[in-house]
Formats: sequence, C-alpha cells, structure tokens
Amino acid sequence: MRFEPVIGLEVHAQLKTKTKIFCSCSTKFGAPPNKNTCPVCTGMPGVLPVLNKQAVSFAIRCALATNCAIAHESRFDRKNYFYPDLPKGYQISQYAMPIAEHGHLDIESENGNRTTIGITRIHMEEDAGKLIHDAARSKTMVDLNRTGVPLVEIVSEPDIRSPKEAGAYLRKLHSIVQYIDVCDGNMEEGSFRCDANISLRPVGEKKFGTRTELKNLNSFRHVEKALQYEIERQAYILEDGKKIVQETRLWDPAKSRTISMRSKEEAHDYRYFPEPDLVPLIVDDQWIAKEKENLPELPEKRKARFIADYKIPSYDAEVLTSTRELADYFETASKNIKNKKQVSHWVMGPVLGLLKAKSTDIKNSPVSPEMLAELITLIENRTITAGAAKTVFEEMISSDKNPVTIVKEKGLEQVKDNTELENIINQVIEANPNELEAYKKGKTKLFSFFMGQIMKKTRGKADPAAVTELLKTKL
Amino acid sequence: MDLHELTIHQAEALLKKREISSKELVKALLERIDTFDDTIGAYLTIDEKGALKQAEDADKRLADLTPDAYAADDAPPLLGIPIALKDLLCTKGLKTTCASKILENFVPQYDSFAVSKLKKAGAVILGKTNMDEFAMGSSTENSGFKLTRNPWNPDHIPGGSSGGSAASIAACMATGSLGSDTGGSIRQPASHCGVVGLKPTYGRVSRFGLVSYASSLDQIGPITRDVKDAALMMNVISGHDEMDSTSADIDVPDFTSGLSMFEKNGLKGMKAGIPKEFLSVKGLDPDVEKAFMNSKKILENLGVEIIEVSLPHTEYTIAAYYVIAPSEASSNLARFDGVKYGFRDKTCDNLIDMYKKTKSKGFGNEVQRRIIIGTYALSAGYYDAYYGRASKVRSLIMDDFKNAFKQCDIIISPVAPTPAFKIGEHIDDPLTMYLSDIFTLSANMAGIPGISIPCGLSSKGLPIGLQMMADRFDELSLIRAGYGFEQNVNLSMRFPDLKNLG
Ligand SMILES: [Zn+2]
Repeated sequence: MRFEPVIGLEVHAQLKTKTKIFCSCSTKFGAPPNKNTCPVCTGMPGVLPVLNKQAVSFAIRCALATNCAIAHESRFDRKNYFYPDLPKGYQISQYAMPIAEHGHLDIESENGNRTTIGITRIHMEEDAGKLIHDAARSKTMVDLNRTGVPLVEIVSEPDIRSPKEAGAYLRKLHSIVQYIDVCDGNMEEGSFRCDANISLRPVGEKKFGTRTELKNLNSFRHVEKALQYEIERQAYILEDGKKIVQETRLWDPAKSRTISMRSKEEAHDYRYFPEPDLVPLIVDDQWIAKEKENLPELPEKRKARFIADYKIPSYDAEVLTSTRELADYFETASKNIKNKKQVSHWVMGPVLGLLKAKSTDIKNSPVSPEMLAELITLIENRTITAGAAKTVFEEMISSDKNPVTIVKEKGLEQVKDNTELENIINQVIEANPNELEAYKKGKTKLFSFFMGQIMKKTRGKADPAAVTELLKTKL
Repeated sequence: MDLHELTIHQAEALLKKREISSKELVKALLERIDTFDDTIGAYLTIDEKGALKQAEDADKRLADLTPDAYAADDAPPLLGIPIALKDLLCTKGLKTTCASKILENFVPQYDSFAVSKLKKAGAVILGKTNMDEFAMGSSTENSGFKLTRNPWNPDHIPGGSSGGSAASIAACMATGSLGSDTGGSIRQPASHCGVVGLKPTYGRVSRFGLVSYASSLDQIGPITRDVKDAALMMNVISGHDEMDSTSADIDVPDFTSGLSMFEKNGLKGMKAGIPKEFLSVKGLDPDVEKAFMNSKKILENLGVEIIEVSLPHTEYTIAAYYVIAPSEASSNLARFDGVKYGFRDKTCDNLIDMYKKTKSKGFGNEVQRRIIIGTYALSAGYYDAYYGRASKVRSLIMDDFKNAFKQCDIIISPVAPTPAFKIGEHIDDPLTMYLSDIFTLSANMAGIPGISIPCGLSSKGLPIGLQMMADRFDELSLIRAGYGFEQNVNLSMRFPDLKNLG
C-alpha cells in the first residue's frame, strides 16, 4: 500500500525584545545562571505579571507576515504543570483566544510547484527555564535566565506532505521571522525551535491516521531526517496491519531514530484557564497599522523584485533573499553595478563559499559589500580580467587591502596592448612546435592547451576574448 | 487617656499637636501586646525593634514639620501611626508566612504595593497578623501556626481569614490594620470582632505583593476602629499600580469627603436596597436578625429610603464561588513546590516524591482540600461543567448587582448569619463553614465594595456587624452611609473588656 504523510509543524520563535514578556529582566543569552532574574520571573509569592508591549508588537508583525487575521481581543491563559524549570507551576500562554489565526505561507515544493501551507494560529507565551545536570555532583540545577523570555508559537495546518516540504516551510518561516526583525533565528541557542506532528494515510484517503509528535528537532536537517524516519517507521507498522500509538517521540540524532517519550495516556492535563492576573489584550486597528508600517519587504516580494528588476534567475533570487542580511548585502554590492548577474555570481559563489569555509555568516563577512562592488567594477571596466579578479579576491581576504591597491601592488592590470600580447603568443607557439604540428593536423582540441599556456604566462591578466581572437589568426 | 484605644484620626491629631509621640504610642501598643497577645494570638510576628526605630524616625520627621506644613496638610497622612498587617502582605525584610508551614521562614525582598504606600505615608509597621492559611477559611482556625481568639470572648473564633488583623484592632493592640478579602475575609472578622472592615472595589488597591489566593477575587482593605479611619487608610493605599495589570487606572477620590457629605447633607435622598433573597437565608440567628432590623430602622430615621431589591442568582453564589476560588488557588499555590524557596521535604528520593511530600507536609488540610477541589474543577472534561459554568454564574451575579444599583445607592444585609461561633465548633464541617459566607461572597464575585460596621451585640455579648455594599468604585457611598450609621447606632460597649485575659 502506498501512504501519504500528513505533517503539521509547531514552531516556537523567541521574540528578540530587550526585556522579558512579563518583567523587566534582560533576555540576553549566555549570562551566568540566574543572573537575568527577578521576583516576577522566578515566581516569588505575591508578584504579578505585566505584559511587555514590544512583545505584542512583534507578535503582530509575525501575524502580518504570515497573512494571519489578528484578534482585536485576545486573552492569556495558564497552562498548569509541575517542573522545576517552571517556577510558578504554570506557564502563561494563550489557549482559547490566541492573538492571530487563519494565516498561510506559500512555499516552493520539490518539483518547483507552489504550495500553500495553512497557519492555524499564532499565540504568545513565556519560555521556561533550563535544567543543568551536574554529573560530577550528581545534582540537577535550575537556571531561570530563559524563564519569561517571550515566544510566539506558530502552528501550521496539517498541510505538509513530505519532509522536504516541511524543510521548505521551516526555512521560509525562519527567513521571515528574521526578515521582520522579531527573532534572531539562532537554532543552536534555541531561538527558533520546531516540533512536528506526523501521521500516514493511504493515498486517496481523506481521513487522517493516528499521529505522533516529534520533539528535539534542533535543525532543519534533523526535522527532515526525523520525519523521513517516522514515515518509514509508521509505514512499516501499518503495512504489518498494526496500529500507530498516539504518543510523543524524541528524535535521537546520534542514532538517527525516534524513541517513545510518553503516550497519550501519560499526556499532561494542563488545566488551562484564563490568567486572572492579566486583563484581555486589546489590539486596535491603529496598532496593527503601525506594525504594518514597521514591516520590511518580505522575502517573497523581494525575490520577485530581484527577478524583475535585476534580471537574475529565479534560483539566484531565492538564494539571495533567503535572509534579509544576504539580500541587503547583495543590494549594497550591486547598487552601482550594471550587470547584476555578475554580482549575484560573485555573492553566491566566492562570497558564500568564503563564509562556509570560515564558518561565519554574512553579517561578519571578511569581504564587505562595498569592497566586492569595487572589485566587480574593476572587472566591468576591464581593468582586470575575471581570472585576475579571483586572485584579488583571495588577497582581499588575507590582506584586508582594497582591490585597487591590490591590483596596483601586484601589477594585475589587464594586458590591453595587443603587441605585447602578440609577443607572448608567439613565444608560446615557438616553445611548443610539436603541439603546433598536431594542431595543424587537425587536433583542434589543443587550442585550449595554447590558451592555458598563454594565460599562465600573462598570469591571468590577459583578456581571454582578445587572446582567443589573436591565437586563432596565429595558428 | 489610653493611648492604645486611640483611633488613627485621634492619634494623628495628638501627634501633630505633639501631645504624644509615635514612640509613646508604639510602646503603649507593644505593652498591650505583651500583656494580652499570649491569650488573643493576633500576631504571628511582632517587629518590636523595627517598630520602635520607625517610630523614632517618625518623631524626628514630626519634629521637623513646620506648623505651616500641618496647616496645609502636607504632612505624610499616617506619620507615626502603628499599623498591623495581615501576614499575606509581603514586607521587605520581614517574615511573611501566609500562616503556612510551607513559608515558615520566608522573607520577601520586596514590599507589597499597599505596604510601600503605608510606609511612604509614614506608618509604623508593628508586625504581621495571624490568618487562615493562605486566607482559606472564615475562622482563623486554619492557621498553620496558632489559634487567634475573639477579644470579646476567648472561647470564640475572631472570624477569618483576616482574624488576626480584626482581633488586633478589637483588642487595641494596633491603631490600624490591613486585611484582605476574597469572600468576606475583611468584613466577616470585622463583624465578629466589633470593628470596621472595608473591602474596596476589585482593582481599587493594587494586589502586587499580596500573596494570591484567588486572583480575580482578592482585594486588600483596612480594618479599623471607625469609618473615618477606614477612609484615611483608603486614601493612602488606593490607586493605580503599573505592577498590577488588574488595578484600575481611574481617579481616586478623597474618601474622607464621604464624611463631610454626611455632615453636610445627612443621608437624605439615599436609597438602600434589601435583597429579598437574603431574607430567606436559612439559619439566620435571631440576634443577628434583630440587630439587622434595628439597623434598618436607624437608617430609615436618618432619611434613607429602604426598598426591596432582587439578586436572583444568590442561591448559586456559594457553589460558583467554591469552584472559582479553589480553581485559581490550585494554580496560584502551585509555585510552593519546594524547589526555589520555602519548605522542602528532605526525605524524598525523586522529583515527584519531593513535590508530593513537600506539599502534603507543608500545606494544611483546608488548603489541600481547596487545591484538590480546584484541580478537579479545571481538569479536562470537567472544565465546562465547573469552571465554565461558574464563570457564567459570576457574570449573572454581576448583572444582578448592576440592575439592583439602578434602583438604590447601597445594598444592606447582615455580614454573617450568626455571631462568632465557638472555637472548634465547625472545624470538621467545612460545608457549614462555606455556607456562613453567603452574605459576603457576592461582593467579591461582582467586584463591588462592601463594608462591615458594628451594629449591635448578641445576647451573649458578641458583636454583630451590618454590611453595606455599593456599585463598583462607589466606596464614597459606603463611607457616607457607614459614617452616618456609626454616628447614630447605640452600642452599649465600644471595646471588649480584657481585664481577665491578661
Ligand atoms: Zn524577571
């Protein structure tokens, strides 16, 4: 039997407010344990939460960027459960009346088709703390720095049909929250986290099968791998005529498999009820309009604009707009360059390659967009050849000098004088009589041999087009 | 002149005239506490050193004040006045136990909003008073530490949950006090102890620093010797607080203007409603009924028009209250888990075991009972039937009062169906205890203000109180009518006789 996976994703994105959602403690990551705490976020007796307006603004922006309808009145609820990293014994969240609902995101699926993934709801909540296990002292410690950091939970409809689609949706969402500047997107620090719900059903069947929930998915790759594993696991069980157990499963990246964490029967009863310490959250049209103004151009629009205005291929535009910083980098670099394709080629090739090699990101690129623009200008006005440009680029990284200086110091200006070039070509032909003989006898492939020899001699400074022309006549 | 018997306004006048010092006043009260509190048990913590130090500071400030400042009323309103605080109010650096073993040694790093307002107004904090554990009870018998006895008769309860605060005022062991009221916890002990207790409108006084029992019902208010004192304390503790989102951002009147309103216009033109549903309450003590009818007559003589009103959902009030309050409590008390502060059971061998043992040993029976009730009421599958329905009843009760206050300015009723019962009389009978809250619960459910004013003594010499309720944020009507009533009620005794208790 052939099965179709039905996948829904729950994404938790940390909002990058300066202070926590219900107190004025800092949200900065990496402080010493329990440094960023106060009576409110540590749940001392008698203290009360006060909602951070900035967090609401950020949630509104999320809702706008994902085409959600924003509730003029929403409400906070208490989610009750006991755990040492939850100092109040409940998490303040939104349950019955979330701030936003009924949104969607368009993604490009594997075969290039566009698919719409529905977004059920976006709600605001506070993050919990962290447990630190000290094996040496066989003790468990609690760090409450993260307690009360604002989160939005973005819940998708079960519209996703493959792990690849899940990956595409996540990447899109990841890029959006960074674009709109509400989340730093750092998955290692847990700023952007994902849980997945997955079930299988026979192809053609309308009813959903029994689902499992997957947790501990710390990267896009893990999401895709875990879903793939779960598809195979569930298919195996179903093909055997057995039933899927509704449960929460933990992804074990080391063993590349999911393991059972708790079954439906063991699931918590969170005893949600309206948070009596907070008043209903009222968001009027004015507030929404203000956040709309604060919204930058979203990746989808920006991509379309890149294709239309800069005449670059769809694939390039997709890559370049994948993060706001990269798109900004590209636009800064290409500002005064006519041939935008040339810039896209340089950004996607050497620049991204360099970032990967140095395992850094575009914000910390060793080559600034201005420097790159200078380099490309040198190519465009034929001061240097494309080949020489590569040398200059390498030198820019290691020496921190600007391209013009490097070209001057290394004497890399393009050889434009034809007599000088002719001399070199003659030298090369004379030095290789055997190859010349063979070429003349019809081994035309040797043309590139001569080209190579000439380029080597000119150290890449010659314009390949000019060389080709001259060489043709000489041979 | 007995210093310990002074009201706030009497003491204030004498302090300003420099006829007495705050230190003298504090010393007199400390002496009084020393003599009687072993028997009464009003206090859990007496901050003798702190109080004397604050009194000295107040005396210095009083000495520095120019006569012009007095005249202009620029002096901090409670400068040098000794106040007792219910131990549910957090006090910076001073133990705050909520009368629970689970917080036996808890010292907050912050003052509650009301306490910091009192301190700013120059008040001297004498100590922290006994109460039902986490304010759950109507007799102060549920304290995790000790009993408080009724100063009018030590065999009887002082009422609760603010029993210690009420007893401290009745026994003249403090000049003023603060309590909290979730279902009658200010008004009922005030009634039982023969003092004045005012529960303000929900949102009038910030709850910041008040350890939550039921967040949507809790409210802080004064327990004092007379209505004028209540107005003076209300002037200090009321107002919006950014730290409490449920505190109302509206103008605060000068509550003493309610007194001048009476002095100028009497009570003529005022209408008082008596809910017909209250009169059919079972188990109304004949002495209470008599005192209430007498009170009605006093008001009528003052020109108040008495009318009958209807609060049709009265019969559902207790049931709805005992779903909502325990539900919120079950969540509010979750934080006392032994992890960060307070009591932790050390005999446990894993996390769940630690939670269970800590809570079972740290909380008293009534608290555990309400946590269990509330947890059940919020459980999946029961939420709609319990919490959901109770919330609907609550909005119906609110509508009842809204409609009633279209016809009258205040609603009057007894505070409790009986005078203070004997210690131990109902301790194993929580239901009777819950039912005795019938007259007070609805004000909390509707969020409206209510006041209890002494209106008579029972045949056994126990005080009886009259309750007045008004529309939201109309405490002024309560103060005006309460003051008028107080000036005209004839009480055979103002203070209990403690001679044989010392
Ligand atoms: Zn904090």
